Amino acid sequence: MMASPDDLKFQEFEEATDLLSADPGATTLSMSGSSSTAQGASGEIKLDMSDNEEGREESSELLGGEKQTSGFWTFEYYQSFFDVDTMQVLDRVKGSVMPLPGRNFIKHTLRSSPDLYGPFWICVTLVFSVAISGNLSTFLSSMGDPHYHYRPQFHRVTIAAVVIFLYAWLVPLAVWGFLTWRQREERQQKGYSFLETVCVYGYSLFIYIPTSVLWILPFEWLQWLLIVVAMVISGSVLVLTFWPVVRDDTKLTAFSTVATILVLHALLAIGCKMYFFQTATFTVTKTVPIPTHSPNHTAVMGTKSY
Amino acid sequence: MAEVDDSRKPMFAGLSDVSISADIPVEGEINVPVGTPSQDDEYSTLDEPVKDTILRDLTAVGKKFVHVMYPKKSSALLRDWDLWGPLLLCVTLALMLQGNSVDSKEEGGPQFAEVFVIIWFGSVIITLNSKLLGGTISFFQSLCVLGYCIMPLTVAMVVCRLVLLGGSGTVSFIIRLVVVTASFSWSTFASTAFLVDSQPPNRKALVVYPVFLFYFVIGWMVLTFSPSA
Repeated sequence: MMASPDDLKFQEFEEATDLLSADPGATTLSMSGSSSTAQGASGEIKLDMSDNEEGREESSELLGGEKQTSGFWTFEYYQSFFDVDTMQVLDRVKGSVMPLPGRNFIKHTLRSSPDLYGPFWICVTLVFSVAISGNLSTFLSSMGDPHYHYRPQFHRVTIAAVVIFLYAWLVPLAVWGFLTWRQREERQQKGYSFLETVCVYGYSLFIYIPTSVLWILPFEWLQWLLIVVAMVISGSVLVLTFWPVVRDDTKLTAFSTVATILVLHALLAIGCKMYFFQTATFTVTKTVPIPTHSPNHTAVMGTKSY
Repeated sequence: MAEVDDSRKPMFAGLSDVSISADIPVEGEINVPVGTPSQDDEYSTLDEPVKDTILRDLTAVGKKFVHVMYPKKSSALLRDWDLWGPLLLCVTLALMLQGNSVDSKEEGGPQFAEVFVIIWFGSVIITLNSKLLGGTISFFQSLCVLGYCIMPLTVAMVVCRLVLLGGSGTVSFIIRLVVVTASFSWSTFASTAFLVDSQPPNRKALVVYPVFLFYFVIGWMVLTFSPSA
């Protein structure tokens, strides 16, 4: 059953697609050996229902397991990463904001068809929402100040873009590299592919978009509360995803891996808040000299303020 | 397409019914490279006066501007793409938006290069996105449509600058907000009307969202433009 050569596999699928189009509800079994075959096949049936002919040229996508059978220089290779429908993207976003214990994001929601659409556009949206909300919050907190002249602060977009895209690509690379190395050393179960890691990180950043918009409200306690809530949700998505892979390792490695993931995630959130959302107290001390007791200090403060 | 819609009911199905179907002839000959006289045997423009060449291309660009103002579904517009209009609009917008050189670079508005990069790289990325999702539109057709649909925002920029000449209080801000919001919606609506037909039906929203984000960011840049003190 497993010994069929690749050409035969292709032929079988051409017949199968004809049968599928005649009867879309039929279940099929693919011939690859991975344990998620049944789920993968059902995911592929769902994808096959759309009448888009262009994306289906590369029948390599229909083969369970390995998707990248065309070279990385072809357009179809990258097209396989964008093989999602609107409903699928919305489901994945929902899965990232509602983590339930036992529901591994990768196994349950992605089901071996990771995409790049979600992570990329969530990062872009996050970059602009952080920069714009930060600009708005600086404006609102300095509204009473007569010396304040509104500035668009466009350089923040560049900084936000660099930080967020580095986080969304380098951290998954590091995590994937580390997990793959450990798995190879310990000879454990199959880990996650690089694409799946990038995908879960990308979708886990989604909760920060509404959080950054809500940060405009100038209440310090509210901003910290929002950070905690977002970190809990986002962090638990990551923990639920990576814990099953890591728990078979030594206790120390397992806990330190998960702790590092959470710490980096927290640093991103807190860093964004501190840099982009400077609160009223900060800007007030910059422009209004605070009267102090000693005359020396007053002189120093006098020279410092504009 | 109708049969699939009935059985699957994709979201945002109404997007395809946005504009009236009418085939409107557009100036321009697809065999002739825009702006330069062709050496093509079928249609030789080598001997015509320069004025004719320039006027023909200007008319083509002008007609496309009119199409953006009154978006109607027209496959002719997509076929005869050109990038002169987008270049003109982009340069105008970037010139008007750039921060004053007197301000410190840290706190000012976007520089000319930043606006240029955002518009062109944004258009390229959106085009790549729609092609990767399975769209049938060609690369340059999509660039052409996205570029031409910046026109309402350029008009809004001109209006905003005029309003700012009269003062920068709350009233002027409200006027600018209304104008920018209206033109940003117009841009998104116009480009959606041209682009959405070439997308697979289950993914229309996935293609429209980046376009919305693109014009939102440009609208934000227009709205937050503030002349130096």
